[in-house]
Amino acid sequence: MLRRRINLLFGGDEKRVDSRTIYVGHRPCPATEAFIPPKFCDNRIVSSKYTIWNFLPKNLFEQFRRIANFYFLIIFLVQVIVDTPTSPVTSGLPLFFVITVTAIKQGYEDWLRHKADYEVNKYPVIVLEDGRSIRKESEKIKVGDIVEVVEDETFPCDLILLQSTRDDDTCFVTTASLDGESNHKTHYTVPDTEKDLQSLNATIECEQPQPDLYKFVGRMHIYKTDQEPAVRSLGPENLLLKGATLKNTKKIYGVAVYTGMETKMALNYQGKSQKRSAVEKSINAFLLVYLCILISKAVVCTTLKYVWQSQDGQDEPWYNEKTQKEKDTYVYLKMFTDFLSFMVLFNFIIPVSMYVTVEMQKFLGSFFITWDKDFFDPEIQEGALVNTSDLNEELGQVEYVFTDKTGTLTQNNMEYIECCIDGFQYRNSDSMSELDGFCVTDGPVSKLQQKAGRDKEELFLRALCLCHTVQVKEAGPDEIDSDQVDGLVSELSQPDEQRGFIASSPDEVALVKGAMKHGFTFLGLENKSMKIRNRENNVELYDLLHVLNFDPVRRRMSVIVRSKSGETLLFCKGADSSIFPRVRQEEVDRIRMHVERNATEGYRTLCVAYKQLSPEEFAVADAGLRDARLALQDREEKLMAVYNQVETSMSLIGATAVEDRLQEEAAETMEALQGAGMKVWVLTGDKMETAKSTCYACRLFQRGTELLELTVRTLEDGGRKREERLHELLLDYHKKAVQDAPPVKAGVTRSWSTANQEYGFIVDGATLSLVMNPSPDTNSSRYKSLFLQICQNCTAVLCCRMAPLQKAQIVKMVKNSKGSPITLSIGDGANDVSMILEAHVGIGIKGKEGRQAVRNSDYAIPKLKHLKKLLLAHGHLYYVRIAHLVQYFFYKNLCFILPQFLYQFFCGYSQQPLYDAAYLTMYNICFTSMPILAFSLLEQHIAIEYLLDNATLYREIAKNAMLKWGPFLYWTVLGIFQGLLFFFGVKYLFSNPALQDNGQVFGNWSYGTIVFTVLVFTVTLKLALDTRHWTWINHFVIWGSLAFYVFFSFFWGGIIWPFLKQQRLYFVFANMLSSVSAWLVIILLILLSLLPDILLMVFRKPRGPHARQLSEGSLLQTARSLPSPRCPTSI
Amino acid sequence: MASSYSAKEEDGQRAGAPGPAGNANSGKKPDNTAFKQQRLPAWQPILTAGTVLPAFFIIGLIFIPIGIGLFVTSNNIKEFEIDYTGTDSWSPCYNCAQNYSWNSSTPCRCTLPFTLEQPFESNVFMYYGLSNFYQNHRRYVKSRDDSQLNGDLSSLKYPSKECEPYRLNENKPIAPCGAIANSMFNDTLELYYIDPNGTQTLIPLMKKGIAWWTDKHVKFRNPGGSNANLTAVFQVSTKPVNWRNPVYELDSDPENNGFINEDFIVWMRTAALPTFRKLYRIIQKKNNMTPTLPRGNYTLEVVYNYPVNSFEGRKRMILSTISWMGGKNPFLGIAYITVGSVCFFLGVVLLFIHHKYGNRNNSSDIPN
Repeated sequence: MLRRRINLLFGGDEKRVDSRTIYVGHRPCPATEAFIPPKFCDNRIVSSKYTIWNFLPKNLFEQFRRIANFYFLIIFLVQVIVDTPTSPVTSGLPLFFVITVTAIKQGYEDWLRHKADYEVNKYPVIVLEDGRSIRKESEKIKVGDIVEVVEDETFPCDLILLQSTRDDDTCFVTTASLDGESNHKTHYTVPDTEKDLQSLNATIECEQPQPDLYKFVGRMHIYKTDQEPAVRSLGPENLLLKGATLKNTKKIYGVAVYTGMETKMALNYQGKSQKRSAVEKSINAFLLVYLCILISKAVVCTTLKYVWQSQDGQDEPWYNEKTQKEKDTYVYLKMFTDFLSFMVLFNFIIPVSMYVTVEMQKFLGSFFITWDKDFFDPEIQEGALVNTSDLNEELGQVEYVFTDKTGTLTQNNMEYIECCIDGFQYRNSDSMSELDGFCVTDGPVSKLQQKAGRDKEELFLRALCLCHTVQVKEAGPDEIDSDQVDGLVSELSQPDEQRGFIASSPDEVALVKGAMKHGFTFLGLENKSMKIRNRENNVELYDLLHVLNFDPVRRRMSVIVRSKSGETLLFCKGADSSIFPRVRQEEVDRIRMHVERNATEGYRTLCVAYKQLSPEEFAVADAGLRDARLALQDREEKLMAVYNQVETSMSLIGATAVEDRLQEEAAETMEALQGAGMKVWVLTGDKMETAKSTCYACRLFQRGTELLELTVRTLEDGGRKREERLHELLLDYHKKAVQDAPPVKAGVTRSWSTANQEYGFIVDGATLSLVMNPSPDTNSSRYKSLFLQICQNCTAVLCCRMAPLQKAQIVKMVKNSKGSPITLSIGDGANDVSMILEAHVGIGIKGKEGRQAVRNSDYAIPKLKHLKKLLLAHGHLYYVRIAHLVQYFFYKNLCFILPQFLYQFFCGYSQQPLYDAAYLTMYNICFTSMPILAFSLLEQHIAIEYLLDNATLYREIAKNAMLKWGPFLYWTVLGIFQGLLFFFGVKYLFSNPALQDNGQVFGNWSYGTIVFTVLVFTVTLKLALDTRHWTWINHFVIWGSLAFYVFFSFFWGGIIWPFLKQQRLYFVFANMLSSVSAWLVIILLILLSLLPDILLMVFRKPRGPHARQLSEGSLLQTARSLPSPRCPTSI
Repeated sequence: MASSYSAKEEDGQRAGAPGPAGNANSGKKPDNTAFKQQRLPAWQPILTAGTVLPAFFIIGLIFIPIGIGLFVTSNNIKEFEIDYTGTDSWSPCYNCAQNYSWNSSTPCRCTLPFTLEQPFESNVFMYYGLSNFYQNHRRYVKSRDDSQLNGDLSSLKYPSKECEPYRLNENKPIAPCGAIANSMFNDTLELYYIDPNGTQTLIPLMKKGIAWWTDKHVKFRNPGGSNANLTAVFQVSTKPVNWRNPVYELDSDPENNGFINEDFIVWMRTAALPTFRKLYRIIQKKNNMTPTLPRGNYTLEVVYNYPVNSFEGRKRMILSTISWMGGKNPFLGIAYITVGSVCFFLGVVLLFIHHKYGNRNNSSDIPN
């Protein structure tokens, strides 16, 4: 009590306290003498970042935190402060443009957020205060208020459900807007709260807000005037989350526990860590190179300037005297400002516009993924979702694919196949197999077939009917409409036989339906008692005492029920590995064979066990469970301990087999990925045999594949210590797969010939943890690298029995291995989130296991089969596009600035710009930006269909091939070559500047304009040469840019601009065009600059439709020589 | 709290508002438009040896004749160049160059005899050339005030800062201000033809049409309109330090005086390279019968006003005829011939390679 008071005293400083106390309805509770209303934040949602007042400074500050913007700001400031060759406008204008556009965009987004916030915050809600219902604005809700919510409204804050209009003290909600799960979830009122909320006097003690949607721990103390305060435990099932919607329930009352920014929804709306793509790293590397070029250019020029000036009469000839200020400047300061001036003069080599264009390309480019109708799934009426556009090109670089099995490779659409009771197999009756099944109506019908005893059968079926958390879909006449609206599969046409079931896991529904086929129907849960109808059409009632929930660590769940006859029974179902150790061994042997056979056939198997609890046993378990549930801290651990204690010495009654169909085109997709040089790793929590059969079915393993197993089973062979055996196996496999294998090249490219032995590697969770966390005493630090090497040399790796964190661990291990390969994780469930977040690219499948994977992914697709197009077509194209964009940008700025650099040698190193300021500014913004943007959005150097047909093409761009130093060098050399050509070509022309037929001469601005004209035409035509896919947009922007340049030059030179200090370009362009020599030199230089490219193009391998026809024949051949998919089971 | 709440907005890529907005775009089938499906009709050019080879030959076939034409044209242009810097003691201008002083009131004259081996037909253009003169130095290039030169009266009184240190002289604004104007070339060149019988005839030199038309008529304007009294208008200003005469006494012809003096305009168009030439005068063709400049002996009379020794510059006088491609410049012709030949040669080589390569291709196709 004392501690609580201390907590209350420090209630203002919430961070220091790990739980909060809420007074329901702000009524002081009798237990505390002094009622100090604790301070919590109000229910205002602030998702906006800025206010009108702080928008400008805050936004600018954030924008200049980006290193590129900051660099350009510095350049701009240098231009303002130091006397530099180009006016500050040349770099200020683009920077201003970029900053303004970004600010406007962010401002607009923030305005939208303000609007949304306003809408949410001003939403009227009803709050119970002093017995009256008062309408309030949502933002005024305080923690402790009792809030009324009616059907189809969303909860305004996180509420603890106190009262519902439903009889069974439940309410239904959908959390579609939180996690995308549209099914109804049941939430329960706090038990034993009084019906009259006005007289309720209670406090709630709960943890401080935390973002996990599915976790909530709390305790409610209910004070009654004449009794000891009652304590009720609160769990997530009592908590109604802000953002969820009330369904099928007229009205509820709840007390606000978390408000405003502390609600779970608000806490969850946090950015994931930013993933950076490999291309971005390349850009940064290139930037560094260019920065070095820039600095060395400036240094060279500065040095030469002072060398040159030291000659007689060069520094200050009589015709060009310095100003007084220049004379007074200290020489070293002058050198420094000269250096800065050169930096400014050459700074265009690192253009602002590249960042803008790359960002725009990524942003706009990602729309093509959302727009792709091939990604549209008619079943869920959704297409692909792009959560981040930063990683588009990474899709073209994937080397490792980590895939989940259930729901990803398989459909997660479970169908009950068979069961095995006490060692006897029961095939589904309507499968018409020779094994006859149960007779649905007539009781046991074993004529010749051996059957388990009827008792056992019924026990097993009751177990199936009871041991689950399935809800029966309510089919009351008033609810039919809403059901259909919800789009759930309701099979109401045959109300008895085909009932609708809702469950968190499809396995459970399959099992309940399976039991129904065998005559035991689950009718529903009412008032904590489960109703089932047995074969004799009698309704049996069982009191549901406890549910020992399923969790992936235990891999099992149990229920404790009490039958009408007073027996207390525990039914448990779970994975064989978690059940077998907990049952009597002699029973195991009878069933194990069936389980393993089912598993190899690719079925998911579950074992069912039961245990009769004596009243004493139950009392112990009951107390333990209640205690653990009430625990505020470490509740999970405590519950787990009790669960493990209860679920022991059970007897095994049978096993079930449920089929999980492969996803559409799963095998084709996997084959394509492997053909594209990707290594596919299957990471699953499922058991080895099932996973293995799925791998065979997906053709990840082929008949010729030699499987290297590193599992608990192989480790226990030979009866030695695990560590020793592990060491031995690892060395053995390493020798096989790594040392004896032909050189790395063959390992990477999977050839279809049988000459190369292919290896598949299987490891399970337990062994993996041995490898990853070896005990310190063994000399096993090498395990990890050995393991990794083996894995990297195998065509497919299967990791089964994985905990979610282990999945992430594996991804991390591969990600950080040598060469840091690009990894992709694909999964559909909450258990895949960790690996989705860990991998370079995370892909979520909009499957049946909720939306958590989708929410945390970078891209979400409806089906696995879409992965093929996403990677092979979109990824490939995006990579090629952006790689070309980056290289082209560096190239075009190199040959833009190089003539300006060379010009310094002929103008006394005086930082005289070669081009006019307008050209300097507009070059990257207007003249050359649109064609490359259009190219980088539309280019398809290879047709999409062709990319999909020939997965091997993906290998050509593997390992960042287009942004390696080789191609970079090519582009750089090309840029240098063209820059030299432009400058010296025009220089030789200007050896006699009398270029007009009237004998008049051209000056320095004509020189610059000719160079610039050649430059603009060359870089644009170079892009035109690279374009393989000319849509009308390409035509428009390429020719339009050139036309615009000509038009602009005429315009710019055609008017005496009053705001310009110097009319440098007045009629320069027009005069240039009147000179035949200028025309001739422009044509000559453009052609000569493009000659290397044209030559290369001839020598390069032809591609496109031409190549398509050529290789179609060979394609057919490979198809024929493909080993046909042979797997031990056919599904 | 708010900042951590929306940390993702860093890049502003995606508003990502939670709640119903997140699902707004789903549930809608993407439009099946060619653009959105990346299926815009497209022309897919394939540059193969087959398509490029003819291009090489065509380029070769076009460029070589052009080059030859240019080369011949350039060769037919007559050009005569004479250096009159006077650095060597035997040079007639040696004395003028050596004894140069800014203050001397009497102009120094020197006479250079020369011989034209060939007659110059049609119009002959007379250039002066300077070497090692950095007209393209940044400090120099920007040292002008174009609005003053455009006739702006306020700029006449208050010249631009860029003109420093040639902006004010004795607190009076300089017109035209700036280093370029101040260093205007002021040698006077005259040409005499010496008849075989020994008589000297002054060759008439035309000083109109040496500057760009647009410069003369639009960019450069005298303050106060075309008919104003220049002397009065320029009274507020003073002459550039190095000039002997104020700007309104550059020429007696009012159409060629003040800022619109063509010599001045030509000088104000800064040269691209430190060695340059500028058009000085035009010698017009008299009639069809006699060449403009017949072969024979000439003298160049120089009024030596312009010092270049201090920065080791050179001064030249150039006589040149002009063709459609401008002055004499063999570069273009040679370049065109070279590029044309290279293309042609490449075409041949490629044809050879393609022939072999193509054969190999065919042979591998046969088994299919």
